[in-house]
Amino acid sequence: MTPAIELQDLTKDYAVGFWRPRPYRALDRLSLTIQPGEVFGFLGPNGAGKTTTLKLLMQLIFPTSGRAEILGKPVGHVETRRRIGYLPENPYFYDYLTAEELLTYFAQLLGVPSAERTRRVGDLLDRVGLGRERRFQLRKFSKGMIQRVGIAQALLNDPEVIFLDEPMSGLDPLGRRDVRALILELREQGRTVFFSSHILADAEILCSRVAVVAGGRLAASGRLTELAEFRIRGWELVVVNVSPSALERLRPIATGLTETSSGRYTVELPLAETPEAVVTMLAGAGASILSLNPVRDTLEDFFVQQIAAAGAGARAKVVGDGDARR
Amino acid sequence: MHAVRHIAVNVFRESVRDRVPYNLVIFAILLISASYLLGQLTAGQDVKIIKDLGLAATSVFGLFISIFIGIGLVSKEVERRSIYSLLAKPISRPQLIAGKYTGLVLTLVVNVASMTVALYIVLAVISWNASPEMRASWEAPALDPQLLKAVLLIFIELMLITAMALFFSTFSSPILSAALTFGLYIVGHFNADLKNFELVVDSKPAVWLARGLYHILPDLSAFDVKMQVVHGLTVPAGYLLSAVGYGAGYIAALLLVATVIFSRRDFK
Repeated sequence: MTPAIELQDLTKDYAVGFWRPRPYRALDRLSLTIQPGEVFGFLGPNGAGKTTTLKLLMQLIFPTSGRAEILGKPVGHVETRRRIGYLPENPYFYDYLTAEELLTYFAQLLGVPSAERTRRVGDLLDRVGLGRERRFQLRKFSKGMIQRVGIAQALLNDPEVIFLDEPMSGLDPLGRRDVRALILELREQGRTVFFSSHILADAEILCSRVAVVAGGRLAASGRLTELAEFRIRGWELVVVNVSPSALERLRPIATGLTETSSGRYTVELPLAETPEAVVTMLAGAGASILSLNPVRDTLEDFFVQQIAAAGAGARAKVVGDGDARR
Repeated sequence: MHAVRHIAVNVFRESVRDRVPYNLVIFAILLISASYLLGQLTAGQDVKIIKDLGLAATSVFGLFISIFIGIGLVSKEVERRSIYSLLAKPISRPQLIAGKYTGLVLTLVVNVASMTVALYIVLAVISWNASPEMRASWEAPALDPQLLKAVLLIFIELMLITAMALFFSTFSSPILSAALTFGLYIVGHFNADLKNFELVVDSKPAVWLARGLYHILPDLSAFDVKMQVVHGLTVPAGYLLSAVGYGAGYIAALLLVATVIFSRRDFK
């Protein structure tokens, strides 16, 4: 099967400095393969190379070396752009146009047949919650509304592959919920979604796979379950009616002991400690066990670890099905 | 071609929304008030002065449109990053340049055509009110079709200035593009002096340099036949053709280089 997106050793250097320009490597030999139907989260802190990668994919900038393909064609292939959608980071559109005029103009450029154009523009504006404001000039729109227009224009041609650069940026909680629902809907329709973000909660909800970039390099990539979800790093026990003597026995083994309300304690236990023995001891001392849960690494923990490792010059890590290479 | 057409129409729409047509109102007011004042002050010279004023105003108003909209055609898109969404659509960068240029030329067509019509209307009114003796004293008839030759060359000059502005805006900021275009416009009107530089300077290297510059820089004086037309002198068809050909060649070269630069540019 032809990958939806394929990057091979993609590298981008910028010249910095006016009098004596020096090369600055914004992206360093990035290789990724994204299969059709995947929702792929491209994560990293600010300045990691996320937007550079997206600009290379849209051929807004040219690579220093390496190659990139979308739907089996080089990124410069103009006709392939009929099959993709792109939302830039903090988009800006012509403020003298209304939302409806802008989408109609872009639909014309995309070659959407005129019979279908009006209906599709209307449907999309309704879909992103701007149906009532369709005839307002964009200069009157807030940042969040512009972001919604940006999302609508990225979907005008019913694209097979959608690139979203920080799609939640500028949106209020309701807007973010809508965009999450939209991405899930696209996933159900079998579209490929490549989205960059530094909001990890979104990636946790939406993505089948993620890649973490830091300092222009791939720090890790793989399925979320493999990267973070099943790595247990300890236990959390919630108990009530704990006697003072049982508390004294808990203190040396617990990594954390907090009284959250009167007589109710949250006990954090290290991974090495067998929780069953602690539960038996507490039950024997008359305490009631309310819950016992494993504490797993969140994506955020994983992200922070990877960024720290990348910062320390650690070798990039590849986890998962081997689609991502380094 | 569809993409070029849609981009061009959008540029035209932008110029209309940016209130560019207001300059037509100013032009009309200028011409009507001038003709009224001249009617009070001069005898027999009013048609010549109105023709002169009308053609000069067409040229100056067009110059401002060419420079101030031309420099923003590309650089504004890049600065405001609206180009990101645009280039993600199935259009090539040469198509974008062609569409932007065509759009501004369309604006100029409407502008120059409206001004020409306004000029002819004012001249028709003056001619209507003039006595037969007065009309006989004019060097050329009020509704002289020769005026159209001057208008055509003004239009070609404006197209050339637009191409210059577009060329500079593919690699520099709007302010620098405006300065460079305006500078080249001034130089272009004195360029013909470089052609015969040997008449004033003995140094051979200086003469060669002047000749080289003459061929590289645009000769905008080639498009200025206002004086001949106003005084009723004939502008030969051969001259007209060669000036149009020169303009077309220069415009094609500028757009080609602009396209090459723009096609290789990174939008950081």
